[in-house]
Amino acid sequence: MNLYLRYVKMVFRCQMQYRVSFLLTMLAQMLIPFSVFAGMLLLFQRFHLLGSWQVDEVMLCFAVIHMAFALSECFARGFDMFAQVVSQGEFDRILVRPRGTVLQVLGARFEFSRMGRLCLSVVVMGIAVSRLSIAWNPLKVLSLVLMVSCGTLVFAGIFMLAATLCFWTLQGLEVVNIFTDGGREMAQYPLDIYKKEITRFFTFVIPFGMVNYLPLRYLLDRPGSMAWHALLPLCATLFLVPCVLLWRFGVRRYQSAGS
Amino acid sequence: MRKGNAAAYFSSFRIRLMQNLQYRVAALAGLMTQFFWGFMLIMILEAFYRNSDASIPMSLPQLASYIWLQQAFLVFVALWFRDPEMFGMITSGNVAYELCRPTNLYYFWHVRLLAQRISGAALRCVPILLVATLLPDPYRLRPPADLAAFLLFLLTLFTGVLINVSISMFIYILTFVTLSPVGSLMIIGTVGEFCSGMILPIPLMPEWLRNIVMVLPFRLAGDLPFRIWSGHIGMQEALTGFLTQLLWLGALMFFGQLSMRKVLNKAVLQGG
Repeated sequence: MNLYLRYVKMVFRCQMQYRVSFLLTMLAQMLIPFSVFAGMLLLFQRFHLLGSWQVDEVMLCFAVIHMAFALSECFARGFDMFAQVVSQGEFDRILVRPRGTVLQVLGARFEFSRMGRLCLSVVVMGIAVSRLSIAWNPLKVLSLVLMVSCGTLVFAGIFMLAATLCFWTLQGLEVVNIFTDGGREMAQYPLDIYKKEITRFFTFVIPFGMVNYLPLRYLLDRPGSMAWHALLPLCATLFLVPCVLLWRFGVRRYQSAGS
Repeated sequence: MRKGNAAAYFSSFRIRLMQNLQYRVAALAGLMTQFFWGFMLIMILEAFYRNSDASIPMSLPQLASYIWLQQAFLVFVALWFRDPEMFGMITSGNVAYELCRPTNLYYFWHVRLLAQRISGAALRCVPILLVATLLPDPYRLRPPADLAAFLLFLLTLFTGVLINVSISMFIYILTFVTLSPVGSLMIIGTVGEFCSGMILPIPLMPEWLRNIVMVLPFRLAGDLPFRIWSGHIGMQEALTGFLTQLLWLGALMFFGQLSMRKVLNKAVLQGG
């Protein structure tokens, strides 16, 4: 953990060397989710309701998933860029060091400019929370924190799976975007608006539903939601177990591509 | 253009086309992503449409066709679709070799980008269009309104790609000045994506925003041909749209060449 923090500090300082470029990239990074958010608001302006959901409720949903995505893009970026590491044979260097592979890959890169998305989602969450009249209690606060943090872990798990694939394909695959970008876009709306099969897939296989839709229902005291739904995000972290196992398997099977 | 140059542009076009048709696996992967994306968008809009009154300016089936066409011709419409090699040439100074050619660099790169977009779309559009017509009803891509609409669709679609390539040429020209394409690509890409109706279909935008977007050239590449296909835009309006396209194309290419000449005069070649 100590080593990880040191990695974070080092990369942060490194990126701060180009301060103007950093700030501009951050602004541009904010623009992309902002346009999606604006599209959502405009749809609500025209249609007023999405199923049984109101605009503020969906805003909270949006904020949670984008926050989780931004955090994991920022901290698990090493896995996102992993195709390069493998195809250039740099992974050999990681293997010979006496530290865990996961830690080193994670530490290789942080993309702090992704904070642009984070800033936007913090603002959106602020607006949503202030306009919704949620009866807050300790469990609900805990639940909201868990939603964001466990959501980050779920996205990190997907990034990790994508990186694991690179051991075999040597190249990043665009299909993975379905689960990262696609998952984010999908889970920014409450999952019950989709077809049953898709809701199920994104609840039980890739547990976006557990970090966002189900606990959100509890936060908003929707009929049929129970208090234990608040702790479902913890369940979602089980998703990481097969991810890590597969990663280990991939590392063992790795044949260097370098010379 | 000097005589004989047309052949050079054409062969450059052909080489790029052949090169890009090699990446079939990448195209397949993109295909899956686009199917997923199309489904998701239609499902979200379907959910919104469920409690709507009759005052919506576009019906759900029309909208579904609109979205499938967007996905099928994504490579034609998307401004963020780029050629990293060209950015590399500009920042590394290798553009000097390109300048040695007895061709106009603007046209040379223009056809190169065009070929990339056409090959990208050629691989993707047929399977998407085919499968989308076979889907069950609210998700189905409907055939074009009539033959005239289809012909006009093809015409405006092609002019639209030319416009889009002309716009993206500005990103490359800007890179001569900024030396890093990241910022301009992101900003022009995002603004363009929004204004071409990729995030929120233009017919669903509120009045004030639609008025702004209709003046900008971004919608001419996707929105216009797609709505001609679905019959949402009538013949008369379609023809005016086509004329607007020609005007914009002329203006964009004129200013593109002008600014290209300007940056090339000032360009400092990086590297030895």
